[in-house]
Amino acid sequence: MEATGPRPDRRAERAAAKRRRDRRGLAVAAVSTVVVIGGLIALIVTSPGWPDVRDTFFNATVFKESFPDVAEGFWLDIRIFIVVELVVLVLGLVVALVRATTLPALFPLRLLAVLYADIFRGIPVVLLVYLVGFGIPALDPPQGLLTNEIFLGGTALTLSYGAYVSEVYRAGLRSVHPGQREAALAVGLTEQQTMRHVVVPQAIRNVGPPLLNDFISLQKDVALISIIGVSAEAFRIAQIQSSTDFNYTPLLCAALLYLAVTVPLARMLDRWDRGRVR
Amino acid sequence: MSPPVIDIQGITKAFGDREVLKGIDLAIAEHQAVALIGASGSGKSTLLRCIDLLVDIDDGDILLDGEVITDPSVSPVAVRRKLGFVFQAYNLFPHLNVLDNVTLGLRKGTGMSAAEAEESALKMLARFGLEGREKESSSNLSGGQQQRVAIARAFAARPRAMLLDEVTSALDPELVGEVLRAVRDLKDEGVTMLIATHEMSFAREVADTVGFLHEGRLVEVGPPEQVLEDPQDPNTQRFLRRLLEARRV
Repeated sequence: MEATGPRPDRRAERAAAKRRRDRRGLAVAAVSTVVVIGGLIALIVTSPGWPDVRDTFFNATVFKESFPDVAEGFWLDIRIFIVVELVVLVLGLVVALVRATTLPALFPLRLLAVLYADIFRGIPVVLLVYLVGFGIPALDPPQGLLTNEIFLGGTALTLSYGAYVSEVYRAGLRSVHPGQREAALAVGLTEQQTMRHVVVPQAIRNVGPPLLNDFISLQKDVALISIIGVSAEAFRIAQIQSSTDFNYTPLLCAALLYLAVTVPLARMLDRWDRGRVR
Repeated sequence: MSPPVIDIQGITKAFGDREVLKGIDLAIAEHQAVALIGASGSGKSTLLRCIDLLVDIDDGDILLDGEVITDPSVSPVAVRRKLGFVFQAYNLFPHLNVLDNVTLGLRKGTGMSAAEAEESALKMLARFGLEGREKESSSNLSGGQQQRVAIARAFAARPRAMLLDEVTSALDPELVGEVLRAVRDLKDEGVTMLIATHEMSFAREVADTVGFLHEGRLVEVGPPEQVLEDPQDPNTQRFLRRLLEARRV
């Protein structure tokens, strides 16, 4: 065979081949999307009950009428969400830190923290909302916070999510390389300073995405407090409106509002995660 | 005569059933540099960690300036503030910039004000050729630069002795020189040092004493020209011969 040097047009050839491959991939993706999504839509709208479903779930007039009230309720949801989330972030960290201590004197606290995390992660959130929301008022406490449904519902959510989030923090604390602790001690920091200035900041950075994931579920679960009689909450308002004329469009309205918050959060989380890998 | 800065007296250490240090005696006088050589797993790293009280010893004692530091009544934090430790993998704090890596120990450990700590850290960084890099994240730096930050961090509080744990082992070959220059600079200032190293030529150049550690025992201690060129112990001879062969291939 004749020995030849590199052919001068190799680069152009490769680029052309790559373009062909990319074009083909794009075409396949487009066609399969149209087939799958289009097929699903066709299946739904051609089914015999579709006109009824359209009128009861996707009614534009009802949507317009109910939107302002549901949106106002949703604003309450958002406020509850923000307060609960802030308390959960602190509570979870405290529980995780207590579990990370090794001092013998703190053993009872450690035990409590373990029990708390185990029990409250095991109880369904709905049950906890009932338990706190109906159980505490049943004890006949003085009127005030302990008889306020919003406070009780928020407390139930806080207890449940605090337990989950404490586990997330714990994973974060474990993820910090032991060399970091050694280095902090070696520069003369005490155990407490090491935790506070070196281990905890890195742990929190490492668990950002899973924490945000729990935010998203909490945001949805705020709707659960409607079951103990918080009538100003978005989902509850939608429910009441639907039951007056048997049209479920207000519920869809509430669902869209929830999505308006959770979808951007989910996108944010994805971007964050990608940024970390890079 | 003043006592040695570091005086190691018969220390032993076992992790479970594995005896890592089997009775080590070694004294490091003021302004002396002692190089510890030996195969991986011979106990060099553990010995350094024992001195910085990052690992508890089982038996024996370690004295710093004539005072026992391996006693339960001694605060390890106070001892560590008198010693500087540089790790093989740098262990810089990734959430802090270069400057804060150096100032953290100064502010929290020595009670310096933030301004004093910053001034002193900037001087230290400049000394190791890192001026202008103080606001950068440590992950932007090369391995050699990171290790120099780690040296600046360990030396910033002017420790009584520096403990260097294979500070060039994690580096690409072309970056070893700049880190060794930093260590040489410390030696020229008369800093008392204990250096675990795989760089034989560097040990010969910088160390006043070389100790060969073999399976948890210091089998040979002496001036570098003797230990490295005319070793008496068969284990030392075998170790050095292997190194020579590896280099030839």
